[in-house]
Amino acid sequence: MSIEIRDLTVRYGRTVAVDSVGLDLAGGKIYGLLGRNGSGKTSLLSAIASYRKPSAGVVLIDGEEAYENPRVARRTCFIRDTLDLSDSDRLRSALDLAARLRPTWDQPYAEKLLDVFQIDPGKRVSALSRGQRSAFGVVLGLAARTPLTILDESYLGMDAVARTLFYRELLADYLEHPRTIILSTHLIEEVADLFERVIIMDRGRVIVHDETDALRGRGVTVTGPYEAVTAFAAGRVILGEQTLGGVRAVTLDGHVDPGEIERGEAAGLSFGPIGIQDLFVHLTSQPLEASR
Amino acid sequence: MFHDRSPIYLQIAEGIKNDVLSGALEEDEQVMSTNQYAAFYRINPATAAKGFAQLVEEGVLYKKRGIGMFVSPDARERLRAERRERFFADVVAPMLDEAKRIGIGVDEIVKHLGEK
Repeated sequence: MSIEIRDLTVRYGRTVAVDSVGLDLAGGKIYGLLGRNGSGKTSLLSAIASYRKPSAGVVLIDGEEAYENPRVARRTCFIRDTLDLSDSDRLRSALDLAARLRPTWDQPYAEKLLDVFQIDPGKRVSALSRGQRSAFGVVLGLAARTPLTILDESYLGMDAVARTLFYRELLADYLEHPRTIILSTHLIEEVADLFERVIIMDRGRVIVHDETDALRGRGVTVTGPYEAVTAFAAGRVILGEQTLGGVRAVTLDGHVDPGEIERGEAAGLSFGPIGIQDLFVHLTSQPLEASR
Repeated sequence: MFHDRSPIYLQIAEGIKNDVLSGALEEDEQVMSTNQYAAFYRINPATAAKGFAQLVEEGVLYKKRGIGMFVSPDARERLRAERRERFFADVVAPMLDEAKRIGIGVDEIVKHLGEK
């Protein structure tokens, strides 16, 4: 399902969690939503999933206004931290409820996932470890097979093995049943390869929305004699810098073409790549006045 | 498997070209589908598709509608010609630069190569 977000603002009292965001998400892709704690990720996702009424602006899903729209709600699954279950609920009854509510629910697949994550459906929610609780969220989210599936930090507490299983299942099921999936995360490095596009939020705003592959190779580090580095960096966007004695190292945003690198190297500069994780850290750690 | 320094679709294209050059992929042999490739390497299928599209555009692969993608009959020869053209600029020149920086003369390099 495609998502159009127009001038969306979400406010809690005087706090602005989402600040006039506009975003067009074409259907059938896997999106990664990145941002620091408190950047507005969960608020944005809650508005997309109609769990929260926008303070201003609108969310359109396949062209229809999403809020309090049962046609959209049936086809949307939002898995958040609380799982929207109470501690005394048994997992089996949560699964039964999901099966009744979701026309697209795949029970055999749910059973398979419970097996993969070694979760006993006879247990109560309160008996789950943090990682198992997250894994149960993944079961509910993937087996629902809804055309719009939103997973908000669904890896919390999972160990490396469980996370690997999660990513593997997510990709395998998406390949068989393509749909729109939005996954929010802090663990960029280990999951970035699964995202077709990445959205980065900072202080309530969307600062990047691009193909994941385009972010690889965006940004460069330049190291060398102070004067030469300073001359090279002139007129470019500097994301970070360090100086040690007469040596300066800067991290620059944007693309540097091979000819410039060749000339730079001839002038005694050395160039290095920055990963998506580093790019994210640099872009979201700028002082307020620099980012606005 | 993939590194973070350049777009994955370019790394995919480069990997397949290397397989064609080494003969691991024969001419007119079918290559993996984008979904198989995505599942195998755990990457987004759109990224894999972009890598394959690049190879079709460069003439390394060709499509048979409804069947899949295959290695072009002249792909190996053309890739060899391309790489040979770039060999001295891309491989030999940087080596000579480094040799010069650390005081290794051309005669010393030639002697070393003669022993290989």
